Amino acid sequence: MASIDHESYYVPDSSSLAVFTAVSSGLLIGGFAAGLNGMTFGEGGSVGWTVSVVGLVLFLAALFTWFRTTIVENRAGMASAQLKHSYVLGIQWFIFSEVCFFVVFFGTLFYVRNLAGPWLGGEGTKLGDTQALWGGFQYAWPMQFTPQEIIGVNNQVPANNGIFVGAKELMHWNGIPLINTILLLTSSVTVHFAHSALKAGKKAGFNLWLAITLILGFAFVGFQALEYHEAYAELGLTLESGIYGSTFFILTGFHGFHVCMGATMLTVQWLRSMMKGDFTADDHFGFEASSWYWHFVDVVWVGLFLFVYIF
Amino acid sequence: MSEHHGPAKGIKRWLFATNHKDIGTMYLWFSFAMFFVGGFFAMVIRAELFQPGLQLVDPQFFNQMTTMHGLVMVFGAIMPAFVGLANWMIPMMIGAPDMALPRMNNLSFWLLPVAVTLLISTFFMEGGAPAFGWTFYAPLSTTYAPPSTTFFIFAVHILGASSIMGSINILATIINLRAPGMTYMKMPMFVWTWAITAFLLIAAMPVLAGAVTMMLMDIHFGTSFFSAAGGGDPVLFQHVFWFFGHPEVYIIILPAFGVISEIIPTFSRKPLFGYSSMVYATASIAFLSFIVWAHHMYTTGMPLAGELYFMYATMLIAIPTGVKVFNWIATMFGGALTFEAPMLFSVATVFLFSLGGFTGLMLAIAPIDFAYQESYFVVAHFHYTMVAGAIFSMTAAVYYWLPKWTGRMYNETLAKTQFWIAFVGFNLTFFPQHFVGLAGMPRRTPDYALQFADFNMMSSIGSFIYGFAQLFLLYIIIQTIRSGKENADEKTWEGANGLEWTLASPAPFHTFSTPPTVK
Amino acid sequence: MYLRINWLMKQTFRLAGFLLVYLSPSAWAKPGDRWEMNLSPGVTELGQEVYDLHMIILWICVAIAVVVFGIMGYVLVAHRKSSGRTPATFDESTKVEIAWTIVPTLILIAMVVPATQTMIKIYDTSEADLDIMITGYQWKWKYEYIDKEGGENFSYMSIMSTPQAQIDNLEPKGENYLLEVDEPLVIPVNKKARFLLTAADVIHAWWVPALSVKKDAIPGFVNEAWTLPTEIGTYRGQCAELCGKDHGFMPIVVNVVSEEDYAVWLASKKNASKVDLSVKSKDELMASGQSLYEKNCAACHMANGAGIPGVFPALKDSPIALGDVNEHINIVVNGTPGTAMAAYGAQLKPDVLAAIITYERNAWGNATGDSVQASDITNFNQ
Ligand code: HEA
Ligand code: HEA
Ligand code: HEC
Ligand code: CUA
Ligand SMILES: [Cu+2]
Repeated sequence: MASIDHESYYVPDSSSLAVFTAVSSGLLIGGFAAGLNGMTFGEGGSVGWTVSVVGLVLFLAALFTWFRTTIVENRAGMASAQLKHSYVLGIQWFIFSEVCFFVVFFGTLFYVRNLAGPWLGGEGTKLGDTQALWGGFQYAWPMQFTPQEIIGVNNQVPANNGIFVGAKELMHWNGIPLINTILLLTSSVTVHFAHSALKAGKKAGFNLWLAITLILGFAFVGFQALEYHEAYAELGLTLESGIYGSTFFILTGFHGFHVCMGATMLTVQWLRSMMKGDFTADDHFGFEASSWYWHFVDVVWVGLFLFVYIF
Repeated sequence: MSEHHGPAKGIKRWLFATNHKDIGTMYLWFSFAMFFVGGFFAMVIRAELFQPGLQLVDPQFFNQMTTMHGLVMVFGAIMPAFVGLANWMIPMMIGAPDMALPRMNNLSFWLLPVAVTLLISTFFMEGGAPAFGWTFYAPLSTTYAPPSTTFFIFAVHILGASSIMGSINILATIINLRAPGMTYMKMPMFVWTWAITAFLLIAAMPVLAGAVTMMLMDIHFGTSFFSAAGGGDPVLFQHVFWFFGHPEVYIIILPAFGVISEIIPTFSRKPLFGYSSMVYATASIAFLSFIVWAHHMYTTGMPLAGELYFMYATMLIAIPTGVKVFNWIATMFGGALTFEAPMLFSVATVFLFSLGGFTGLMLAIAPIDFAYQESYFVVAHFHYTMVAGAIFSMTAAVYYWLPKWTGRMYNETLAKTQFWIAFVGFNLTFFPQHFVGLAGMPRRTPDYALQFADFNMMSSIGSFIYGFAQLFLLYIIIQTIRSGKENADEKTWEGANGLEWTLASPAPFHTFSTPPTVK
Repeated sequence: MYLRINWLMKQTFRLAGFLLVYLSPSAWAKPGDRWEMNLSPGVTELGQEVYDLHMIILWICVAIAVVVFGIMGYVLVAHRKSSGRTPATFDESTKVEIAWTIVPTLILIAMVVPATQTMIKIYDTSEADLDIMITGYQWKWKYEYIDKEGGENFSYMSIMSTPQAQIDNLEPKGENYLLEVDEPLVIPVNKKARFLLTAADVIHAWWVPALSVKKDAIPGFVNEAWTLPTEIGTYRGQCAELCGKDHGFMPIVVNVVSEEDYAVWLASKKNASKVDLSVKSKDELMASGQSLYEKNCAACHMANGAGIPGVFPALKDSPIALGDVNEHINIVVNGTPGTAMAAYGAQLKPDVLAAIITYERNAWGNATGDSVQASDITNFNQ
C-alpha cells in the first residue's frame, strides 16, 4: 500500500444526491408495485404506472447528476489515488454481488433438473408415490410437457397454482444462441483491445474498438429480441410454459437486462471520450469499470449457453 | 477542503449527510425506532397469547403481527443497528478520515426509510399486510398471499440494495483506509467481525433478492418456480431462502461477537485472549454458514443422505463458536474485573447466547429436530441467540461508546438497574418457551391448548417486563444526552484500548484527516 | 447408566417447573398435564429412542454448561478488581487453544453416532402393514385409506370440532380445547402404518408427538412417514407449518384401536362413504347446507357470506352466487387455479356440494330460489 497517499482523502461536502436517489427510487418502485396490483386510490383510478414513470425519470436524472458530479470532481483533481482505489474496490465487490445473484438462478436450474424433476417423475426417495398425483408424467429435460398437462389441465390438480402448458417446440442452441455467443465473445475481445489501445495512449484506436464493441453488444440485444419473438410466436415457449419456460426466461432475461446495462455504461464512456475527450492512458476508471462489467456479463453468458441451451 | 467545516445546520445536516458519524447516528436512531415498532408487534403477540382463546386480534391479523415482528426486528432493527455502529466506529478504530464512499453511505441509509415505508404501508392495504411468516414460504407467499405481497417484495429488494451498498462501503473502508501500520492482524476484533459480516452480506443479500424475484414472477407473470403443476417445487423456495437465511443469522451475531470482544478486555484490564484464533474462528463460522442451510428443512423430506450431511455440517459450527466463548472466558481469567453496565450486558451475552447455542446444537441433530421443529422450542432458541446475543450486546455497545459519542456519561445506577430488569424480564419471557415447545406447542398460532396456559402467561408477563426495560433504556439515553455528567476524559474506561479512545470526547466532527501511525 | 440420569433430569425439570408454576396465579385452575415441560416418549419404540437421544444430548449440553459457566462464574467472583488484583498480561496459549478445539470435536463425534442410527430408522418406511394417504387442505386433513389389494380406496375429511364460542371465550373451554376433530384417523395397534403426505394448497405439516411423526405435506409431492404404536389410546397433534389464517386450528386426532375394533370401524366406514343421490327438497338442502357450509367454506367466505375484503370474496350478493347455476357449480367443483379457491369436486361428495351450493344461492338475502341436487353435480362432472 506504499504507493497510496494518505494525506488527502477526499471527503465530499454534504450532498443532496443520495436523498434524491433514494426518494426517486422509492417512487419508481412503489409506483411499479401499485401498477402491478392495479391499485386504485379513491375514484382516481390507478396512478401506479404514472408515479413509476415519474420516479424513473427522476431516478435517471439523479444518477446522471451523481456521475457527472464525480467526473467533474475527478477533472478538478480532487480524487486521490486512494479514493480511486476505493472506487475500484466498490465496483469489484458490486460485480461479486451480481455473480451471487446469478448463482441463485443457476442453482434453481440445477435443482429442478437434477432433483425436483426426477422426483416428480417418480424417482428417488419419494418412491413411486408421486405418481399418485401426476400419474403418467415422465421427467425429461427440457421439460416439454408439464405434470399438469399430463393429467389434463382441466382436471382438478393437486395444487391450485395456475395453468401451465409446455412449449410446442424447444429452443435449439445452434440458431440465434450460437450467433449471440459469437457476438458476445468477440465483443469481450474488442473491449479488451480498446483497453490496450487506451493504455498505449492511442485514443483513436480506443474509440474505434469501443464503437465496434458497442455495435456487437447492441446486435446481441437485437438478436435476443428476435429470439424472444420466435419463442412466443412460433415455439409456444412462454413464461407460462412450466419450469422450462420459467428458468429459460429468468436466466436469459436477467442476462439480457445486464447486457443492456453494460452496453449503456459503455455507450456513456464512448460518448465521454468522443465528445469531451475524457480518459487518458492512466486515468480511465469509468471505462475500466464498465469493461469489467462487460466481461462479467460475457462470462455469465458462457454459463447460460452451456446449461440453458446445450446441455 | 471540507475537513475544516463543521456540520451543516438544521434538517440539511441529516438529509444531506456525508459524515460517517452523522450517518451512524441516523442509523442508530432509526434502528432504535424500528426496535420499538417490532417490539410493539411482539407485545401484541404476547398479549394475545396471555391466555387461551382469542382476546385481542383475529387470526389473520395475528399472523401479520408475527410476520412483521420478525421482518422489522431482523431487517429494520438489528441489521441497521450494527451498520450504524460500524459507521461510527470503524473509521475511528482504523484511523480513517471517514467511510470510503461517503455519499453512497448516505444513500444506503436513506433507502431504509423508503423500504420500511413500503413495508409498513401494507397494513393499510386491502387484504392486510403479509401474513406468511418472516420466512415467507411459497406457495403461501405467492398463490395464497394477499395483494400487498408485491410491496413486500419490493421493500425487500430495496433493503437488500441498502445492505449491499453499506457492506461494499465497509469493506472498501477496511481494505483501503487503514492508517499506516494498521495491518490486518492488528485491526480491532470489531473491525474484523464486520469485514467478514460485510462479505457475508454481499454474498447473501443477492440470494434473497433472487428468491423474492422468483416470487414476483410466480405471482404476476405466470411462471411456475414454486409450483409442482408446472414442474417446479415449493421446497425450492426454502432452499433459496435458507441459503440466504442461515448466513443471515451469523450476519446478525458476528458484529455482536465483535462488540463483546472489545468490551470484555476493557473491563478485564487485560488484552483479548487468542486474537488470531478469534479471527480464524470468525472466518470459519462464516464459511460454514454457507453449507448448512437445510438444517431448517429437516422435515421437508430431503433424501436421507442430505439429512445426514446437513446435520454433520451444522454441528461443526459449535467448534469455532466454542473457541470464541472460551477465548472470552480466558480473557477474563486472571484479569481485574469490574462490572459497569457494558460489562454486565457482555457477560450476560456470553452466558445467554451460549444457552441459545446449546439449544441450536440440539436442533441441529436431525432425528430430534423432528420433535422440536416448528415448536416454541425453536422460538426460544432464536430469541436466546438474537435477543440475548445481538440486542444485549448492542445495548452493551451503546453504554460503552455513548460517552465517546456524546461527551456525557450515563447514570451508572440507572443503567445497572436497567440491566437487571432486562435480564430477569428476558429469561422470564423466553425460558418457559423451551418447556411449552418440548411439550408440543406449535409456533405461529394465535391460540393454544389449555395445558400450555401457565407457561404462556409467565412468558407474557416477562415480555412486558422486558419491554419496560427498553423504555427505561430510551429514558437513560435521552437523559444522558440532555443532562448527563460531562465526560471530558478521552479514555473514559480505565482499561480501554484502541484508536477511538485517543480522540477527544465527544469525538470531533472530523477525525483523522491525516492518519495516525500505528506502532 | 443414563436412565438414572434421565430420572434425575426429569426431577430437576419438575422441580424447576414446580417453582415456576407455583408462582403463577392460574396454577390451581387448569386441568390437563400442565406440568409437562419435556418431550414425551410417546407410545412407539421410535419415540422412546428419540426421547432417549434428546435426553442424552440435553444432558451433555448441561454438563458442558456446568463446566464452562462454572469456570466463568468462578472467574467473575474471584478475579474481581475489588479483590485487589493486578491483571495478568498473558493473551495466548496454543496448548489450551488446541485442547478446547479438540475436546468439543470429540464430544460432537460421540453425539453423531446415535443420531445417525436413529435417523436411519426414521427413514425406514419399508414393510408397512397399511398405507394412508394424508392430504392437507386449508385448514383440514383428508385421510385416504389405500387398499393394497387393489380394491376401492375410501377417504374422509377431518375438521376441528371445537366450537367457535369456546375460542371466542363465550363458553367455557372443553378439556381437549383446539385438539378435537369430528372424525379422527383410526389405526390398529401394533401395526406399522405408513403415511403418504401431500397437500392440496399450501405446505402443511402433520405432527403427532405421541406417535413420533412430524413431516411436511407439500403440494405436488409425496412425503413418507411411519409409526408403530404399541398402546391403544387417543393421541393428539397439530398442523406444524404456517398455512394461513387458521393454521392454529387444524388439529389432528388419531385413535389407536385394537385390531378387531379396527376391522369393525373399517367396514362401517366403507359403507358410509356411499353417495346419496336421492332428490331432496329445498328446505332439506338448506338445512344441511348451512352446517356443511359453515364447516367447509366459512373459514374463508365467513359464516355471514361477507368474505374478507381483498383476500376472500363475498358470496353474499356475488354475481356468481346470483347468476348462472352452472357457473357456480363450476367454480366450486373446479376451483380457480392460481387462487386459494380449491377444486371442491375432489374433496366433497356430490350430495354435500349440492346442499352447500343451494345454501349459498339462498342464504344471506341471496334469493335465487334455486335448489341444486346431487345429480346436478354428477351430471356436471360428466
Ligand atoms: C443470531 C442468530 C442465530 C445464531 C447465532 C444461531 C446459532 C445456531 N443455530 Fe439457530 N436459528 C436462528 C438464529 C440463530 N441461530 C433463527 C432465527 C432460527 C429460526 C428461523 C425460523 O424458522 O424462523 C434458527 C433455527 C435453527 C435451526 C432450525 C430449527 C428448526 O426450525 O427446526 C437449527 C437447526 O439446526 C439451528 C441451529 C443452530 C446452531 C447449531 C447454531 C450454532 O451457531 C450455535 C453454536 C454455539 C454453541 C454450541 C454454544 C457455545 C459453544 C461452546 C460453549 C462449545 C462447546 C459446545 C459443544 C461441543 C456442544 N438454528
Ligand atoms: C432480532 C430479532 C428479534 C427480536 C429483538 C425479538 C424480540 C422479541 N420477540 Fe421475537 N421473533 C423474531 C425476532 C426477534 N424477536 C423472529 C425472526 C420471529 C419469527 C417470526 C415468524 O415466525 O415468522 C419472532 C417471533 C416471536 C414470537 C413467536 C410468534 C409466533 O410464533 O407466533 C414471540 C412470542 O412470544 C416473540 C416475542 C418477542 C418478544 C417479547 C421480544 C422482545 O424482546 C421485544 C422487546 C421490545 C419492546 C417491547 C419494545 C419496546 C417497548 C415498547 C414498544 C413500549 C410498549 C411496552 C409495553 C407495553 C411493555 N417473537
Ligand atoms: C381457503 C379459502 C377458501 C375456502 C375454504 C373456500 N373458498 Fe371459495 N373462494 C376463495 C377465493 C380466494 C375465491 C376467489 C377466487 C377468484 O379470485 O376467482 C373464492 C371464490 C369462490 C366463489 C366465486 C365467488 C365470486 O364472486 O367470485 C364461490 C361461489 C366460492 N368460492 C364457493 C366456495 C364454496 C362453496 C366453498 C366450500 C365448499 C368455498 N368457496 C371454500 C377461497 C376459499
Ligand atoms: Cu395447516 Cu398449518
Ligand atoms: Cu440456520
